[in-house]
Amino acid sequence: MTLSLALVAVLVVAAAAGLFARNRAIGLRGGSERLNSLPNYHGLYVGLWAALPALLFLAIWAPTQTSLVDQAVLASPAGQQLPDFDLARETILGEAQEIASGEREAGFNPESSALAPVYAEASAKYATVGGAIAIAIALAAAFLAMRRIRVDFRARSGVERWLMGLLVAASLIAILTTLGIVLSLLFESLRFFKLVSPTEFIFGTSWSPQMALRADQAGSSGAFGSVPLFWGTIFIGAIIAMIVAIPLGLMSAIFLTQYAHQTVRAWLKPILEILAGVPTVVYGYFAALTVAPLVRDFGISIGISSASSESALAAGLVMGIMIIPFVSSMADDSIAAVPQAMRDGSLALGATRSETIKKVVLPAALPGVVGGVLLAVSRAIGETMIVVMAAGLAANLTANPFESVTTVTTQIVQLLTGDQEFDSAKTLAAFALGLALFMITLVLNLIALSVVRKYREAYE
Amino acid sequence: MSSADAAVSRWMGEDMQKRVASRYAAERRFRFFGFAAVALSVAFLAFLLINMAWKGLGGFTQTEARLMIDFPRSNLMLDPATLRGPQAQESVATAGLDGVLEQAAVAQFGEGGGEMFGGASARALGDQLIADPGLLDRKAELWLPVSSKADIAAKGDGDPAIEKLVAKADTKRLFNSGFLTASDATDPSEVGVWGALKGSFLTILVTMALAFPIGVMAALYLEEYAPRNRWTDMIEVSINNLAAVPSIIFGLLGLAVFLNFMHLPRSAPLVGGLTLALMTMPVIVIAGRNAITSVPPSIRDAALGVGASKMQVVFHHVLPLALPGILTGTIIGMARALGETAPLLMIGMRAFIASPPQGISDPSSVLPVQIFLWSDEVGRGFVEKTSAAIIVLLIFMLLMNGLAIYLRNRFERRW
Repeated sequence: MTLSLALVAVLVVAAAAGLFARNRAIGLRGGSERLNSLPNYHGLYVGLWAALPALLFLAIWAPTQTSLVDQAVLASPAGQQLPDFDLARETILGEAQEIASGEREAGFNPESSALAPVYAEASAKYATVGGAIAIAIALAAAFLAMRRIRVDFRARSGVERWLMGLLVAASLIAILTTLGIVLSLLFESLRFFKLVSPTEFIFGTSWSPQMALRADQAGSSGAFGSVPLFWGTIFIGAIIAMIVAIPLGLMSAIFLTQYAHQTVRAWLKPILEILAGVPTVVYGYFAALTVAPLVRDFGISIGISSASSESALAAGLVMGIMIIPFVSSMADDSIAAVPQAMRDGSLALGATRSETIKKVVLPAALPGVVGGVLLAVSRAIGETMIVVMAAGLAANLTANPFESVTTVTTQIVQLLTGDQEFDSAKTLAAFALGLALFMITLVLNLIALSVVRKYREAYE
Repeated sequence: MSSADAAVSRWMGEDMQKRVASRYAAERRFRFFGFAAVALSVAFLAFLLINMAWKGLGGFTQTEARLMIDFPRSNLMLDPATLRGPQAQESVATAGLDGVLEQAAVAQFGEGGGEMFGGASARALGDQLIADPGLLDRKAELWLPVSSKADIAAKGDGDPAIEKLVAKADTKRLFNSGFLTASDATDPSEVGVWGALKGSFLTILVTMALAFPIGVMAALYLEEYAPRNRWTDMIEVSINNLAAVPSIIFGLLGLAVFLNFMHLPRSAPLVGGLTLALMTMPVIVIAGRNAITSVPPSIRDAALGVGASKMQVVFHHVLPLALPGILTGTIIGMARALGETAPLLMIGMRAFIASPPQGISDPSSVLPVQIFLWSDEVGRGFVEKTSAAIIVLLIFMLLMNGLAIYLRNRFERRW
């Protein structure tokens, strides 16, 4: 019996118990007293009691089961002969699991084939135990809930308490996700910093994570100085992209809110938003195939012989285009929030519209615009596909936009795709980079959100 | 002239006129810059779309060429009886049709004519033989799809040597239905988007099944019930922050939690859907809260007034009224998830997968990742296939966004 079968069984039990309870409540009708709650609520009450505790148990059991099965396999005679080295053991266990579930015929390690039957047996045993417990919980809870059905039983309040619990649980998932991100990144990063010193990671200027094949080769430890990566990220995302996006986005917002006719605005705003809806992989392809050769040819024609076909400029330009609608809609919101009275006052003094915008509206909207720009920067430095496809892999510290630079996100993708062994410094470095990226965007987002919020309150 | 006179502005004076004129000119310049910014952005969009369409439309067609094959005189060992039997596919696959094609092509187009036809042509020939085994007894003139190289040459972008060959041949271009029904392949003339599309569909289904109910429930709780305290502030901050966290971070989370900790199958729509659900949920919560706040309080008061419980107010009155707004936000979030690539690369969805997934735990590809993989291929035939796949993806995005706009206009009420 697998756990998904147990899941279905629990749901069937719950549905049957619910229907039964509903019919019983209908049977109670017709006496002298009126039912306190509608029959449907009685049914729902019993059904929820039957389903939710058992589902909760299954949710906790499923991950526990994996480690129990692993322990059982390791304790078996064949399992005790496995190498002590964690990595090798986990690989073999993983292969045994895949063979047991029929995903592959045989593993690379001969031990895994011997372990597969043990594995299949252990997981079948624990799944049966877990499934049986879950069904027992469902039946017991349904029985207990059923006993409470009486004419004056407040089934609706009971159902509402369950619903409330579900609503609270749903809203806690956001916190759990944040916590999950922080913990998983932190945990792997700490393992990375055991191998590589944090000072080298933060201040080092050379990045070449390629591990040598043999330990005695030169540079076998790899170099993990992240400065060139962060420079590349800032150069593409915060400098080149913003040089494109801020003027175009801001001027678009000003034109659409202050000058354009209502119908023109109604058409142009959604069209601009299409730019934000185009998938980033499409932008990446566009940047790599169309923009990059143009930029390289332009660079060579103005006499820069080192112009690369994976230039920072191509990736930055396309990223800027992608960010335009983002900046524009943030600026749009904050300009619209400036009270009309301020605008009227300026116009009444004889200022032209552009003078009003430059001297009154923009200064008043500035905090919102700055917040929007910060959010845009945070988005640009976290953007992955454009730089993976259009920027290079060479970690150069250069301010020449025609040369190739690499970014944090490019390197994360590069480090984690390909052959993975989960304990090498190369793989763990990706998590350290991810942690740094998460921290930077978190700070940018928090500043931006608080600036925007404070500013909104000021005019409301 | 006294100093008091100088302080008086002379409105009709030449100085003043000049200054007014220059201010008006500045006004026109500013207005023009604004217009230019919008025009430039729209021009970028148009350039992008036209560029993709231009490159990709060729991917939907396949060139076929007429080839004369003299079956009785070729050294083809194929028994017409097996062609009618159940093992027809296998016998055709092992009959060495490539050699027959090469022979016929060289005979018809001269030296190097073999380049004209490839594996896809041999398969098409096999299908035609199965359909009509009588062909084996005579000399036949058949329309066969050409190889990827010759296809590009026929579309005017290939090797000059092959272009000369193609010019000699009698060719026509047909709609390539295989592109919509096949999956990934090594030969660009045989690839299709169906496997990736099905993977995308399953992934989005998982995402939707998780993110929509959880997102709506979280939005209801935060808007209707949550007391103002530290906890709700924390929930709010983390939701707003999660909506702006780079998508690749969610990929790392999925890799660490779903693959390494929970040992779920790699590269499966299940894991992709879970990861994307975590990413999309905050978007749905934010859209949901906006929709719920816009339901006027008088509706709640009226329902409470006739004796509804707080739960009944929310589920019988507020939620149905807010639903169109929530759905609009959800569809936009789903469209974003549909186009997402980076987190799926992290959870291993970049393998070569030649058959469509049968369920949510089968290894599969998704459309954006397929585009990324094809864009890395060296074969020139993949360029137009990549662009064609992008057209398919963009059509889906436009449909979803169009549906969102339609729902908003049709059902959203202004109070």
